[in-house]
Amino acid sequence: MSSKDLEKRRVTGPDGEQFDVDPMQDYFCQERPKEHEPANRIWESFLNWARAESLWILGYGTGCGAIEMRPLMTPRFDAYRYGIQWRPTPRQSNVLVIGGYLSVKTLKRVIRSYEQMQGPKYVVALGSCTINGGMYWDSYNTINRLDKYLPVDIYITGCMPRPESLLAGFEALKKLIREGKGEGQNLYARNFDEYKANQKKIIRDWDMPDYNW
Amino acid sequence: MKALIERLEKKFRVTDPVMQRADETFFTVDKADAVALITHLREREGFTHLSFLTAVDWLEDGKFQLTYLLNNNAMKADVGVRVFLDRERPVMESVHHLWKQAATYQRELKEMFGIDFPGSPRIDEPFILEGWHDIPPYRRDFDTKKYSEETYFPRPGRTTHDPADYMKQKLYPEE
Repeated sequence: MSSKDLEKRRVTGPDGEQFDVDPMQDYFCQERPKEHEPANRIWESFLNWARAESLWILGYGTGCGAIEMRPLMTPRFDAYRYGIQWRPTPRQSNVLVIGGYLSVKTLKRVIRSYEQMQGPKYVVALGSCTINGGMYWDSYNTINRLDKYLPVDIYITGCMPRPESLLAGFEALKKLIREGKGEGQNLYARNFDEYKANQKKIIRDWDMPDYNW
Repeated sequence: MKALIERLEKKFRVTDPVMQRADETFFTVDKADAVALITHLREREGFTHLSFLTAVDWLEDGKFQLTYLLNNNAMKADVGVRVFLDRERPVMESVHHLWKQAATYQRELKEMFGIDFPGSPRIDEPFILEGWHDIPPYRRDFDTKKYSEETYFPRPGRTTHDPADYMKQKLYPEE
């Protein structure tokens, strides 16, 4: 995608019919993300239980940590028995696993994917690279702290974390959600301007809409 | 390999031949002769494969060094052609007409070192970095640590140890 794709243009349809397209109006939502108030206590705790048991991971490998997801989703470690499954598109998933280092270029795609995911959604960040930059801490092209750009619900330490620690991390995430502390999405909506300012500070060629959902 | 160098020295301004191994030789060639020499190697000497094209920044000497590594499959031998460019005006003739894939190397060099190859396809498009504003990051006068600290919110509390000193303290604390 480039900034040209966001311009208004006249398109010819299959029947030769001409019509105007304004991608910013037609393809993207123009509204900021909203915070969601919790329902009453009993209903909300039921919802949280349901959310915790319904984790769908976006299978998007961002860094070297993505290699840990293959043994995890196959019979050796088999995360499916914990009710954790992988989906191919952001629209079908609600857990974004950031697998290690993020270059600025990847971060741009990650932000688009995150914003397209359905709420309530959670971010799991793997490895020391997402925490403080890891071994790429002084690189010109990889970010140091993921939580400045996306609301991270849980960090899993290690370089790389073993599949076992990922399983432990997912169990911890489930616990957080059941306690009603998986509030990443609301945090993102609340501090939206701050997050966007940080993102735009490093993504210099911002050629996508501000709201990607 | 010696015979090859002698043949080349008659035709081109070739200097500093280094026999790295029996099947690998590096030499330096004048910038004006470089593309002619590479074409000669490709067309007459059988060095038909461009293994890579890379650059070194000799900051102290004010020069960029380009290295074209060419492979001769029949001889099972490599030659590395070194070309020195002025660091102030790093412009080099493109070799994309000999090997299509050279254009990709040249795009990368343009982005990472700021070495220009006029006429090379898509040379001005960003290669890996999108929207880079600073000086090219592989130049040695680019301070990547400083850039990272200013740009990417370093998390406080990080300490580093010099491995030699650290192990000395651990192993021989009383010395």
